[in-house]
Amino acid sequence: MTSTIDRTGSGDSTPAGAAAATDNGPAKPKSGGFTAAASNYIEDRTSISGVVKEFGRKIFPDHWSFMLGEVALYSFVVIILSGTFLTFFFQASMVETHYDGAYVPMKGVEMSAAMESALHISFDVRGGLLVRQIHHWAALLFIAAIGLHMLRVFFTGAFRKPRELNWVIGFLLFVLAMAEGFTGYSLPDDLLSGNGLRIIDGLIKGIPVIGTWTSFLLFGGEFPGTAIVGRLYTLHILLLPAILVAFLALHLVFVIVHKHTQYAGAGRTNNNVIGYPILPVYAAKAGGFFFLVFGVIALMASFFTINPIWNYGPYDPSPVSAGTQPDWYIGFADGALRLIPPGWEFVWLDHTWSINIIVPVIALVGLLAAVAAYPFIEGWVTGDKREHHILDRPRNAPTRTAIGAAGVTFYAGLWAAASSDLMATHFQLSIEGVIHTIQAWVVLGPFLAFFVTKRVCIALMKKDREIVLHGFESGRIVRLPGGEYIEVHEQVDDYERWRLVDFEVYEPIMLRPNAKGQITPGMRFRARVSRWFFEDRIAPAQQQELESGHGHHGTHGDGTDHSLEEGPGLTKP
Amino acid sequence: MARRSRKASRRHPLATVVLIAIGLVVTGGGYAAFSSTTTATADTEITSQAVIDEGKKLFAANCATCHGMSLEGTDDGPALIGVGAASVNFQVGTGRMPMAMQGPQAMQKPTQFTDEQTAALVAFVASISPGPAVPDESLLQADGDAANGGELFRINCAMCHNVAGAGGALTEGKYAPELTGVLATHIYEAMLTGPQNMPVFNDDNLTPEDKRDIITYLKYIENNPSPGGYELGALGPVAEGLFAWIFGLGAIIGLMVWLTAKSN
Repeated sequence: MTSTIDRTGSGDSTPAGAAAATDNGPAKPKSGGFTAAASNYIEDRTSISGVVKEFGRKIFPDHWSFMLGEVALYSFVVIILSGTFLTFFFQASMVETHYDGAYVPMKGVEMSAAMESALHISFDVRGGLLVRQIHHWAALLFIAAIGLHMLRVFFTGAFRKPRELNWVIGFLLFVLAMAEGFTGYSLPDDLLSGNGLRIIDGLIKGIPVIGTWTSFLLFGGEFPGTAIVGRLYTLHILLLPAILVAFLALHLVFVIVHKHTQYAGAGRTNNNVIGYPILPVYAAKAGGFFFLVFGVIALMASFFTINPIWNYGPYDPSPVSAGTQPDWYIGFADGALRLIPPGWEFVWLDHTWSINIIVPVIALVGLLAAVAAYPFIEGWVTGDKREHHILDRPRNAPTRTAIGAAGVTFYAGLWAAASSDLMATHFQLSIEGVIHTIQAWVVLGPFLAFFVTKRVCIALMKKDREIVLHGFESGRIVRLPGGEYIEVHEQVDDYERWRLVDFEVYEPIMLRPNAKGQITPGMRFRARVSRWFFEDRIAPAQQQELESGHGHHGTHGDGTDHSLEEGPGLTKP
Repeated sequence: MARRSRKASRRHPLATVVLIAIGLVVTGGGYAAFSSTTTATADTEITSQAVIDEGKKLFAANCATCHGMSLEGTDDGPALIGVGAASVNFQVGTGRMPMAMQGPQAMQKPTQFTDEQTAALVAFVASISPGPAVPDESLLQADGDAANGGELFRINCAMCHNVAGAGGALTEGKYAPELTGVLATHIYEAMLTGPQNMPVFNDDNLTPEDKRDIITYLKYIENNPSPGGYELGALGPVAEGLFAWIFGLGAIIGLMVWLTAKSN
């Protein structure tokens, strides 16, 4: 069932030479039958067969990591379905009321209508608590799946031309998803969400000059006011989902337009895609996968409590619970705030300058901006204007992988800092010790991660090259007539070899004068960055090296396809 | 007349003795009752001299090294004069005292003494000087107003102990312990005496009824499982995020690998 489709052709007009997916087109029924009649009826009125033909024959390569984006998509569908149910019962109002529902420890407690309706959904609406928990668990999974998807795209180089803009769109989806998550977290107006909003209020107020004005604008006066839940609700169910859906659609259109990337392998080139067509195989798989994802979320929601607002109680600006944290995707921001040492604020010109807030905000914005801009930075460094549809194995782009590892280390440090108090209690540490360790981690860790990852990548590339040229150790020890013991090395098969050699390495840019005969500082800078990127590199094994390697060792006349190593040091071609 | 006099003369020979005995019991008992109200009310029946002597011996053997032979304190431990029965009952009854070693704070551990020995220590310390008494059973029945207790708990306690009583971190290795599984007596005594880093919530701050309500709330959330299913330690979003990543996404990645596995 595996089909190949040509990248350069536009769907059905496949040039000769490329194997086309001939068995999967929507075959027109010859006569009779309800399906045929219905198809004809629809076709006569919509001319939809062209679209079905175009989309139905889109090829998707099969690899588990290509399904991460789908997980995000399906989680989003679950979020929309469950969220719609919640809007039937939720009241986005901060009017004061008293709880009079089924949960005893809240009876008679004064709270906002929003909190009251959230408790009502949890205890008095049939299936309400399940749907609330489905909505929340799906939201956590949605953003986690986006994050993993982005990491997959980054480490395999799938963001390279022509997909840079789709990377940016995906990045915007990630930010929008975080915004959706945060606005949703704040809606029930419970103690936890109110504390989260208070931190956001503090962040906004920490911005010089405009901070206080912005905060008053957002909250309609002094925090918390009586407006914020209604405003966040509008953002949460109207504006943000609308933008999110628009970008999501665009993201998917680009996936169709660009066609899917694939890992290197026999027969896979930059000009084709090998995999399953959407109809019927892939649609069936993907449709089934939607229900699997939904099922996992439903299981989690059935058996595991999430966001027990009945514990947190209504928001009141005075209490703050121990263990107050944002949901995981905002954790890195919370952690950044926790890591700032004390005393980073001063009074100047009669105003308090909260460097302790400005610095983490700048760090977070900088981190996100670097993520968004990375494809363009790498494109500028390599100067490569070609399209890339074959993915890199992470080891084959050591500097990129090392940068990614450094970024992950930095993010992980900020993220871990958001749970510093829980680490302290659960591992019996002092919270100051935890914070100081993570501070060191965040500053030094990325450099360490960069260095170690780059060296590991290069070592792995060396190993790959060695395996291609000299085969892998079979574990079979042979005693030669002269008494010498050697281990038999076996050659990898053609498929494996393809995987090991089908990549390219860049060389640092040569600094040459431009048309005017000048070398500008910009050119110098780019050459320096290029050298930093590509100075250390291992070239893939070339054809002639392979041949000379084979000739050097030879296959022994017994018909077996393995060759013998002649001992270390003697085999370098 | 004769009958009346005969009646009078027929008074029982022991009547005088009985009368004297009644008079003594009333005055002595009344004196004892009035004088003991200031020290302890709940444990009057166990404060016999024999129990106090037993407590004194236990104290000398297990506590005096740090707290001094007559509770005056040393460089290693505070004076215990005036801490009261409630404090001793909490510290010894939860295993915090005697400490295994000096540290940021005394940790809860299996108790070293039987209930009788604990009571003897309590009686001994309370006999030296007055202090907060062990709370009355009527306040420990968890039959108060859970809603009021929950509100008071969130305002007064949750910043250290977490809204669900799951505990939390304090500075320099100290911590507020988890509150599930703690006896109502010990919860009450902790509020009353403020052990370790905990502030004292005296009866003007939280009335005995307020304390009863807080105990009622804590026992409610302890005895009623979370309506949403397993509560992941009631630790909040960190536990939820960890669960979503490891088990949620982990399960889904397992499914992904299964779906894309080559069928052969």
